[in-house]
Amino acid sequence: MSLIIGHARTAAARLLRRSPASILLRRDSPEAPALGRRPVRRMGTARVGESVSTAYEECSDQVLDFPGGKVSFIPEMRFLSESLGERIGCYRVLDDNGQTVSGSTFHEVSKEVAMKMYRHMVTLQVMDTILYEAQRQGRISFYVTSTGEEAINIASAAALSNEDLVFPQYREPGVLLWRGFTLQEIANQCFGNKEDYGKGRQMPIHYGSKKLNYFTVSSPIGTQLPQAVGAAYSLKMDGKNACAVTYFGDGGTSQGDFHAALNFAAVMEAPVIFFCRNNGWAISTPTTEQFRSDGVVIRGQAYGIRSIRVDGNDALAVYSAIHAAREMAVGETRPILVEALTYRVGHHSTSDDSTKYRPIDEIEHWKSARDPISRYRKWIQRNGWWCDAAESELRNSVRKELLQAIQVAERVQKPPLEELFKDVYDVVPSNLKEQEKLLLQSVKKHPGDYPADVPV
Amino acid sequence: MERDPTVCVIGEDVGHYGGSYKVTKGLATKFGDLRVLDTPIAENSFTGMGIGAAMTGLRPVIEGMNMGFLLLAFNQISNNCGMLHYTSGGQFTIPVVIRGPGGVGRQLGAEHSQRLESYFQSIPGLQLVACSTPYNAKGLMKAAIRSENPVVLFEHVLLYNLKEKIPDEEYVLCLEEAEMVRPGDQITILTYSRMRYHVMQAAKTLVNKGYDPEVIDIRSLKPFDLYTIGNSIKKTHRVLIVEECMRTGGIGASLRSAIIDNFWDYLDAEIMCLSSQDVPTPYAGTLEEWTVVQPAQIVSAVEQLCKKT
Repeated sequence: MSLIIGHARTAAARLLRRSPASILLRRDSPEAPALGRRPVRRMGTARVGESVSTAYEECSDQVLDFPGGKVSFIPEMRFLSESLGERIGCYRVLDDNGQTVSGSTFHEVSKEVAMKMYRHMVTLQVMDTILYEAQRQGRISFYVTSTGEEAINIASAAALSNEDLVFPQYREPGVLLWRGFTLQEIANQCFGNKEDYGKGRQMPIHYGSKKLNYFTVSSPIGTQLPQAVGAAYSLKMDGKNACAVTYFGDGGTSQGDFHAALNFAAVMEAPVIFFCRNNGWAISTPTTEQFRSDGVVIRGQAYGIRSIRVDGNDALAVYSAIHAAREMAVGETRPILVEALTYRVGHHSTSDDSTKYRPIDEIEHWKSARDPISRYRKWIQRNGWWCDAAESELRNSVRKELLQAIQVAERVQKPPLEELFKDVYDVVPSNLKEQEKLLLQSVKKHPGDYPADVPV
Repeated sequence: MERDPTVCVIGEDVGHYGGSYKVTKGLATKFGDLRVLDTPIAENSFTGMGIGAAMTGLRPVIEGMNMGFLLLAFNQISNNCGMLHYTSGGQFTIPVVIRGPGGVGRQLGAEHSQRLESYFQSIPGLQLVACSTPYNAKGLMKAAIRSENPVVLFEHVLLYNLKEKIPDEEYVLCLEEAEMVRPGDQITILTYSRMRYHVMQAAKTLVNKGYDPEVIDIRSLKPFDLYTIGNSIKKTHRVLIVEECMRTGGIGASLRSAIIDNFWDYLDAEIMCLSSQDVPTPYAGTLEEWTVVQPAQIVSAVEQLCKKT
């Protein structure tokens, strides 16, 4: 029986609201309500024949209802300004001297977690320096540094749980390091040897680890955003105590996938954290040429998404923000947008020389005066947890470990030729078997052209 | 969807509306609107969503309202869907089914008459199948859902209303297998999707004229079932390919190459291929009709090929 829509003033029409938010339908029993946790608020859906709009009551002079809800109307023509005038404030806990700003609220970290964070930030910094050099020396073909974004990498990872699914762009290896990816595994991927989990099929820095819930890096910008929403959808169906997290840069927010992913996540009420690393540059495009909005945080509200802007070089602020974001994403099954302001100290990649499009003293300023690691270090030293001796010991040991890992990785065999045809499908199909056969014949016929140290 | 709780449907208007061609009718009522998910209009993005969901353990069936719209999803399909299993070293699987109605309909205009099999066939990592009857549509859909690989299932706008008696028992067809529609001795006609019906219509005329065509619905567009096709060619020595996609870079082009590579010695005549012309599909009825291969043309082609000794 379809309910009437129209100017009816009957009680029935007044009762005609959006169908009550239906309880999450668990995938194993369509009728049973969500177990354990309180019912997840679902997008209300309409039955065929029902109206999703509210009952048409008497329209007052000030209010009119259209699809989407009631709006009050105004007689003067007023355009919303293109900007709020004042920029959205940025959440910060530590000042440049590593002292907590008075009046700041943040999630306390234990000494153990705080120190683990610091050690990993240093590890990331040392790793970037050495592997960048390795590329310059021709030992690896390509590298991307995260210099200047160590706090973003490590502090955000620290605030997540290991069950949270991470969909990275490519400047977030710190998240992997936090979860236990070793320097040897990093080196193996960069050298593309047979120990690489990707089996030498991707460029350096395109890490992926199923066991650490870190989805393989894919070069196109922004493709990971809707995938993260899909993963969040999956988590929601399972009612898991985990969220999806996806990282992207300021440039990535111009992609169509950014828009649709945020829109979907909001409509679907998906537990996903959208983490934007606004580091000021998309290769050579500064943010002034990327968008005209007040950064990225301002867009969250346009999609109906709760958002926050945070100082990306402040480890404690990033930690607290992500901690809170995660709680909301999982507990309230909603997406959250986090914009972390920072600066890309390094070049876009080893294929870029950023001094060509930005002043060297700007880079130097951010490298030294605004370095997230030194700032955080001042805080831990002030707490009496760290000293100079420990600093040099840490840096030396990381350096040593990484150099060792590089030496080992360089010597490990490259993947054999047969890996060319595997994993295209679950099983190698006949046409690929045939192509493999032809290739092997060719290699046999021209042994001089095939490297002796690569197995077949 | 009953058998496996990880199977879900993602697409525009697939839920309460039941899908633009009613393929998902009734599913939302039965399985809930989370498992049959209505999405906003962003094909690239809901395809991306499906890929992300698949990497996390679900088995999404992604619907393009019309196949042509999936061109918007080409980035996700080519750069991620076909690739991530490979580039992740086998760590992540993407068991999605991407499906939708395609092909030339009745005056739907160029943008709604696309044949994407030509564009997709090159993407490594994908499997392509085209269904043509209620029986093989069900069997192939089940097989596609159960496959660990991403499968693109091509349906045809004009074939949704076909009725056929199909078995009550559960059956699953093989994704890589072609279907023998009419065994014969004289000439092998290879076709798929809607053109199967034009071929069978031509076959009636041909039989009346005394010919004995063997009609094979190749079904699997990537990879080709060269076993069935080869056996046929070894018997008849003549091949005619009838397809609906455009001539340039079409399925027929690849099929011809594969036949030449593998069965050259068995051919008594050149391989003929009838395809649509390389034009966008016009709206005007007669023009549209003549962009698609007609039974009369098939009959002529067979007669021509069979003349050669």
